[in-house]
Amino acid sequence: MVSPTTMAAVRASGAVPNAEYLLSVEGVRKEFPGVVALDDVSFRLKRGTVHALMGENGAGKSTLMKILAGIYTPDKGEVKFKGVDIQLKSPLDALENGIAMIHQELNLMPFMTVAENIWIRREPLTRLGFVDHSEMNRKTADLFKRLNIALDPQSEVRDLSIANRQMVEIAKAVSYESDVLIMDEPTSALTEREVAHLFTIIRDLRSQGIGIVYITHKMNELFEIADEFSVFRDGKYIGTHASTDVTRDDIIKMMVGREITQMFPKEEVPIGEVVLSVKDLCLKDVFHDVSFDVRAGEILGVAGLVGSGRSNVAETLFGVTPASSGSISINGKPVNIGSPTEAIRNRMAFLTEDRKDTGCLLILDVLENMQIAVLQDKFVNMGFVDQKGVSAKCEEMARKLRVKTPNLQERIENLSGGNQQKALIGRWLLTNPRILILDEPTRGIDVGAKAEIHRLVTELARDGVAVIMISSEMPEVLGMSDRVMVMHEGRVTGFLDRAEATQVKVMELAAQ
Amino acid sequence: MSTKIEASTATAVPSASRRRIPPEFNIFLVLIGIALVYEVLGWIFIGQSFLMNSQRLTIMILQVAVIGIIAVGVTQVIITGGIDLSSGSVVGMTAMIAASVAQSSTWARALYPSLTDLPAIVPIGLGLGIGLLAGFINGQLIARTKIPPFIATLGMMVSARGVSKWYTKGQPVSGLTDQFNFIGTGIWPVIVFLVVALIFHIALRYTRYGKFTYAIGANVQAARVSGINVEAHLIKVYAIAGMLAGLAGVVTAARAQTAQAGMGVMYELDAIAATVIGGTSLTGGVGRITGTVIGTVILGVMTSGFTFLRVDAYYQEIVKGLIIIAAVVVDVYRQKKRKTV
Repeated sequence: MVSPTTMAAVRASGAVPNAEYLLSVEGVRKEFPGVVALDDVSFRLKRGTVHALMGENGAGKSTLMKILAGIYTPDKGEVKFKGVDIQLKSPLDALENGIAMIHQELNLMPFMTVAENIWIRREPLTRLGFVDHSEMNRKTADLFKRLNIALDPQSEVRDLSIANRQMVEIAKAVSYESDVLIMDEPTSALTEREVAHLFTIIRDLRSQGIGIVYITHKMNELFEIADEFSVFRDGKYIGTHASTDVTRDDIIKMMVGREITQMFPKEEVPIGEVVLSVKDLCLKDVFHDVSFDVRAGEILGVAGLVGSGRSNVAETLFGVTPASSGSISINGKPVNIGSPTEAIRNRMAFLTEDRKDTGCLLILDVLENMQIAVLQDKFVNMGFVDQKGVSAKCEEMARKLRVKTPNLQERIENLSGGNQQKALIGRWLLTNPRILILDEPTRGIDVGAKAEIHRLVTELARDGVAVIMISSEMPEVLGMSDRVMVMHEGRVTGFLDRAEATQVKVMELAAQ
Repeated sequence: MSTKIEASTATAVPSASRRRIPPEFNIFLVLIGIALVYEVLGWIFIGQSFLMNSQRLTIMILQVAVIGIIAVGVTQVIITGGIDLSSGSVVGMTAMIAASVAQSSTWARALYPSLTDLPAIVPIGLGLGIGLLAGFINGQLIARTKIPPFIATLGMMVSARGVSKWYTKGQPVSGLTDQFNFIGTGIWPVIVFLVVALIFHIALRYTRYGKFTYAIGANVQAARVSGINVEAHLIKVYAIAGMLAGLAGVVTAARAQTAQAGMGVMYELDAIAATVIGGTSLTGGVGRITGTVIGTVILGVMTSGFTFLRVDAYYQEIVKGLIIIAAVVVDVYRQKKRKTV
């Protein structure tokens, strides 16, 4: 094991042998509480190539990239940089070793100039120790000329478009004389023309011998820019191929080609009348013209990649971000849902995607967490809470859902993820909903709790609740849904009936 | 899977049994500790007892009763994750306005024989109303414009102080009716404090208002998704805090039997200190009125003890500052410990 500082010194001396692979990763494993994010993963990046990473949400691409960029440390396995073992301790460490990552969410300081952003921490100084702005601007201009970027080094970042900010990020990465550039879905916010410019720059960098790791969901980009690609699935490495050797269908098969071994407790239940009907729902700049019906007893699965607008639709239905246009009717009557309070009044319930951010009241106990929604209109008399009554209901619900906790006075943060999730489901079931929206109901929870939640959802459907279930887990969507709605970039790209829905079909609609 | 759950229940059990001791108990121990230190130092340096002097204890509690009334409101604000810097100035403003309608007409009757004194309920009601209004404005600013509570209440702090100076062009207001002055006499300020504390202790623990207050402080996003109208609730909480500051202003004027524009300066900081010493977390979601009551008494004991030991007033302030910092450090440490569990 060579320490990064030694590496840096060796690198500076120029004595590093020209290994064939800039980066090679062998048998890397990374575990998070309750989830194995990467399992025995390997990956190799050749000098002067663009290497695309493909895979569904949660396949492990981002985790792997974060390991390469020094953000995570692997639990097991080795990372070699130009043939030498390294262990990166921080993003800065990675950067100084010549591995730069351009994040999806850009990390620039909006109120500083382009030049200041690029040279931060490395500002050229005058003899008196002040920042030498003219030298800094000159260096930036040189850099931009080399990369063919037309930007004023002195403009403030907040005045730039997303595309131009991306250019600044790339210039910054190049300014570190990096050998490896990691790009995480760089084109997600770019127009076609901007994408073309980005690709010109990428080709240019490639010809200078830089290796580029390119994470993308877009199939046509892969064929246009990538030399090679690797596919990941469920935290495992599936394979690497040259992008000229394969077709779109091959890649989709690699991405989804798992066997569905899990059993889902899906029951055929009588499907009733339309409960929720959504017409041309829009949220400006986020999603457009979303229309669908959900019937009593029906489970409507919603599939799509991250950023497809699935969760946004759920938030809009529930009044968290009210729609900019379109209509929602419940039991045939048009309703106006401008806030979660109104949604609850219409007997809707919404289990949010992020348990910690928008679900749990972490520092409060299980009881407080379970009763908070039902207290909106029940168990309250003249402002006073009927604590005995509501506690009894919560106890009963916790027992029914098998929430494992010593008692309801336990802080919810001491529970495992699955039990937290069950308590939150209990919160909503206490309100006796007729429309239940579940956003990633089983993310990050263990297999046992997962199965229990699936059984529960089935039971609710049997009782006539209309269920909308958003999930990134293909087997879950296919196993539980009566129908699947697929979204892509803020639009509904298709509906699949239970009988016709397959992983390949869903993926084709999700990754166009 | 089963091992994970077992592990979580195993770690959970001891903390459940620990829960039987209310969190205020530790703060109460601190209070006893401080009092005992004064007791011992008293015997050593002054040759008399600190605690065995009911007159001193009465004065002590009277001194902090007004702070306590404010702190009951501030505690609720801090539980929502906010802060209220305006309470001291609101005390000054309401003291002036309430006193101005509580003036006795004994002298004026020489000219206008038909003049009668207004019943005390008018100035008291007006004081509470003005305080409520100030708090309501704070709440509106925070909920509607989304400016940080620190800034909204800082603005109110400056403006309300301005109002109290402008109102009589800096002149004090005196000659108040006996009926009005009554609530400032004897042990009445302490009774007002304890009644207010009891009311809001019950409100926080047993009403929906209280449940929503804690929920917003614990996780405002989750509270919103659970159907709580966060904006409306915050306005309520700040309005109540303002009303209590108004009540504190009335009591202050009644106790002094006069009102001056400079009344209540720095009271907001004492109230925040009492709240924080009492275990309310500045990050929101945690805190109890009982803790704040003990925190208020700790502040009183500190000040009274220093006077008793004839420590210079300058040192008193220095030490008070250190104690506030210590209380927050303890809070941060507690939070950290909680996270690593």
